[in-house]
Amino acid sequence: MTPMVDLAFLLVTFFMLTTQFRPEDAVVVDPPSSTSDLRAPESDILTLTIDSKKRVFFGYDKAPVMAATLQAVGAKYNVSFTPAQIRQFSLMPNFGVPIQQLGSYLDKDNEQRKALNPGLPGIPYDSLNNQMVTWVLEARKANASLFKKPTYLAIKGDGDADVATVQEVIKDLQENHIDRFNLVTSLEMKPTYVGK
Amino acid sequence: MAEIQQKGGDSGKGGKQRAKKMSTKIDMTPMVDLAFLLLTFFMLTTTFAKPNVMQLTMPVKDKNLTDEEQTKIKASQAVTIILGPGNKVFYYFGLNEPNDKATPQPDVKTTDFSANGIRQVLLARQKQEPAPIILIMPLSGKAVPEDKQSKYKNMVDILDEMNITNQKKYALVDIPKKDVDLLKKLNLI
Repeated sequence: MTPMVDLAFLLVTFFMLTTQFRPEDAVVVDPPSSTSDLRAPESDILTLTIDSKKRVFFGYDKAPVMAATLQAVGAKYNVSFTPAQIRQFSLMPNFGVPIQQLGSYLDKDNEQRKALNPGLPGIPYDSLNNQMVTWVLEARKANASLFKKPTYLAIKGDGDADVATVQEVIKDLQENHIDRFNLVTSLEMKPTYVGK
Repeated sequence: MAEIQQKGGDSGKGGKQRAKKMSTKIDMTPMVDLAFLLLTFFMLTTTFAKPNVMQLTMPVKDKNLTDEEQTKIKASQAVTIILGPGNKVFYYFGLNEPNDKATPQPDVKTTDFSANGIRQVLLARQKQEPAPIILIMPLSGKAVPEDKQSKYKNMVDILDEMNITNQKKYALVDIPKKDVDLLKKLNLI
């Protein structure tokens, strides 16, 4: 039995070390179900989360890209960030505040941020002040220059979100020549018999 | 119980006490149980972390294209599906041209997302009319009252129906004013 136990513990150690627990999202959404069984890739995923209150949240699954994007977007809107703020930002899975308020949001500690989350305004995406598109474009640029890889764009919408918000986001991105989207869904079984 | 009986047997034998030899082997079963439990847990959590996705490719927008140059579809091919409030689906065949006297007002029917709802309508239409083109119109925009707007869930549901029924040609379009007016006229919204 000893070799088996050795192997079991080896595997336990391997999986324990490789597993990364997902940090807590700023917003919890319940994606609708579909029969599509395609899986998202391992990395380079940009997630736009849309909740039922018409708010949009931005997240990228790589910390260096998050940091580089923050600096690039900050430079565009003339907002500068301290190294501590950039570090904090790169560790967050997603966020939903206008860039002007981002600095003070990052200065708060985890508990305070958590308390703020339900009342966050989301990233502005109206035509006059479209920060959402800037974030997406800068993140794509940052990922291309840092890792030489294309970005995979995922839209994670709440089932109760209205189509108008999702369409608005898609339309804004289409205007910037992003035409391929991936809607995050939960898996539902395919009907075994379709016809009557 | 077996131990007690053994003791009784020993004392009857004449009192020669012998030091009990302790086994050097320990029972590893609980440890192995735990190890495998952890192994299963970590294996399952790593595999299921990736979300499922549904691909949506939108047509490339060309601003130089005028209305006349855009693809016109034949009335016989067109099927319009409107995502109504409360998980309802409105649909009609043909085109809705209220300004053109030659085109009759389409017959709008109501169904739902169940297995016998819109799916059967699409399958029946595919048999009747080869290569139909589906226009999916979510209710959104200023012309539609706030509480009648389509839910994102229904948009995913209808795209899913396209995959299930193997529908090749479909498009997600903004609802034109004339269609909202038609629904209002029929008291559907």
